[in-house]
Amino acid sequence: MSARAEAPRRHRHSAGVQLILDFLNRLPPYRWTQSRLVRWGITGRTAVTAIPYLWLLLFFLVPFIIVLKIAFSEARIGMPPYAPLLTWIDGSVAQVNLQLKNFANMFQDSLYAKAYLNSIKVAAVSTLFCLLIGYPMAYAIARAESKWRHILLMLVILPFWTSFLLRVYAWIGILKNNGLINNFLMWTGLIDEPIVMLQTDFAIYVGIVYSYLPFMILPLYSNLEKMDLTLLEAAADLGARPFKTFMTITLPLSLPGIIAGSMLVFIPAVGEFVIPELLGPSDSLMIGKVLWQVFFTKRDWPAASAVAIALLLLLVIPIVLLQRAQAAEARGAHR
Amino acid sequence: MATNPRPQQQLAVWNDPQAVPYVQIDRVTKRFGDFVAVNNVSLKIYKKELFCLLGGSGCGKTTLLRMLAGFEEPTSGKLFIDGVDMTGIPPYERPVNMMFQSYALFPHMTVEQNVAFGLKQDGLPKDEIATRVDDMLKLVRLQQFAKRKPHQLSGGQRQRVALARSLVKRPKLLLLDEPLGALDKKLREHTQFELVNLQEQLGVTFVVVTHDQEEAMTLSSRIGVMNQGEIIQVGTPKDIYEYPNSKFVAEFIGNVNMFEGRLIEDEPDHVRIDSPELGGTIYVDHGVSSAPDATVFAAIRPEKFNISVERPNQTDNVVQGTVKEIAYMGDMSVYLVQLASNKMVRITQPNTYRHAEDSITWDQTVYLSWHASSPVVLSE
Repeated sequence: MSARAEAPRRHRHSAGVQLILDFLNRLPPYRWTQSRLVRWGITGRTAVTAIPYLWLLLFFLVPFIIVLKIAFSEARIGMPPYAPLLTWIDGSVAQVNLQLKNFANMFQDSLYAKAYLNSIKVAAVSTLFCLLIGYPMAYAIARAESKWRHILLMLVILPFWTSFLLRVYAWIGILKNNGLINNFLMWTGLIDEPIVMLQTDFAIYVGIVYSYLPFMILPLYSNLEKMDLTLLEAAADLGARPFKTFMTITLPLSLPGIIAGSMLVFIPAVGEFVIPELLGPSDSLMIGKVLWQVFFTKRDWPAASAVAIALLLLLVIPIVLLQRAQAAEARGAHR
Repeated sequence: MATNPRPQQQLAVWNDPQAVPYVQIDRVTKRFGDFVAVNNVSLKIYKKELFCLLGGSGCGKTTLLRMLAGFEEPTSGKLFIDGVDMTGIPPYERPVNMMFQSYALFPHMTVEQNVAFGLKQDGLPKDEIATRVDDMLKLVRLQQFAKRKPHQLSGGQRQRVALARSLVKRPKLLLLDEPLGALDKKLREHTQFELVNLQEQLGVTFVVVTHDQEEAMTLSSRIGVMNQGEIIQVGTPKDIYEYPNSKFVAEFIGNVNMFEGRLIEDEPDHVRIDSPELGGTIYVDHGVSSAPDATVFAAIRPEKFNISVERPNQTDNVVQGTVKEIAYMGDMSVYLVQLASNKMVRITQPNTYRHAEDSITWDQTVYLSWHASSPVVLSE
């Protein structure tokens, strides 16, 4: 039955695919399965689109719900280190134990607010620096001769081939008191004593800007690369000097790229743990570090989960902005 | 006069040796690596002219235009606009505006902002900008679309925005790169006349680049035909069509039947060409400047033929053939007639009354005749 229903659409398949389908259609188990699936409303198209949804369900929604559940439960010493939400009294009455104190605690203890604010500040400043460094780089790559473009892009992506952790460790070697920079400066005689860079906020910024710069460059590049260059000629023709052309044409038209790049840097930078831990001062207050401490040092899973949930909610806003920017980018590409 | 096939022309500015050219292109060459895009081109364009650069793709016409706009610098040679040497002057300082083939409208600005862009660069007061933008939008009939973004407009409307944007600065010279290329046929014909009207109204000098010979014929005061980076012929549309100076121009502009032959009579007031291809001789009622006995080509336009079933009452310039194809086009019919030498001749006849074409049918033997003034004799 289903085979007949599919018949008018046959011409869509290439000859090879058609051969395989004809063969499969001759096998009773295939026909049986297919007709069952279609009866349940599952066609090939639904099956294909279901894959990303299943992925999100399994690896995002389910873990999120687990974390959410833990955030509402009470900490206890044991395994697992939190009390169940649902308890049975006398084996018949269900009692729900929703704890809001984990969230309330975040408002009472000013440490959390400070950590959130500081994380946002660090992420924002890093994003700004990434933009200031990344924009000219993306612009230069997009305007380079095409034979150079791929090589330059490759150089941007190349660091990803080394472990992120290793690269951050490498910065310790560069920044420490008897590291590369200080040794070089002392050798030239510019300074007599090493400048303390490691375990300062400066080192955190260096680490974050360095690590996330490619995430700024790539979306900016893809935006700038497809920009219609005759628009720039038109602006020049109408009397705009190069700087004016950049400010009135290039910059506004690359805004979707700027937003996409900024979000790709800002969002992970807010929750960054490794870089402040390895490069920053031991008392650096970033939410990623706080989360780690609450989870592993205090072993308070519910409190840590609440911190994570709050962080997620905080980041939903920029994520929505990112999506809008990408939608605008897609519309722009269709014009 | 005898050896000059052209009738006396009306006195036009380009025939006046005293006239000062507005745009002067002086031995300009442009190379891209090994490729010579523009080869030693010299050209004089006068004020208020509508000059068309006509040629196939890759003939260098757009490169020449881009050099006038300042997007490319000549490899050698000089460009003068209104007497000023343009060498080294960037596009944003030239008294020139360009209308781009793609229109290059700024997608993030409204129609109004697009048109105002150029005026803003000049730092004009706000109210003057507003008035001039408004006047310009009125001129191209786009007032009600002032607040729209380019992607909300039709192709024809976008074309008018581009035109308004390039005209609003009152440039000395307006460069138009395939201005009507993106429009459909009906709109194109309509816009052609609009463009000419606008040009006359504003008195701006236009240089138009086009590959469409019909467009060039309709628009221009003069046409410069380009091929492989060189200017082949410069003249009025009529000059170019009726008196092409080479086989290339004759074949590029419109359709033409080319008959190879040999000069057998070479008098100041007439020549006779023996053409085996035609299967007879061609009598031409004007002299040519070719060596006797030289191989020449007689070019005859399809509409210059007369096709008839009866033998026409003339001794010269008649040949017999067989009708092989007939294409009825409505306003005219196209016949492909095979001569004894197997050469196909293309003939167009206007359908001046209904069923005018009915008397001639496939495989019929017909007589082709033409007036002695019609053939153009070309040596190359």
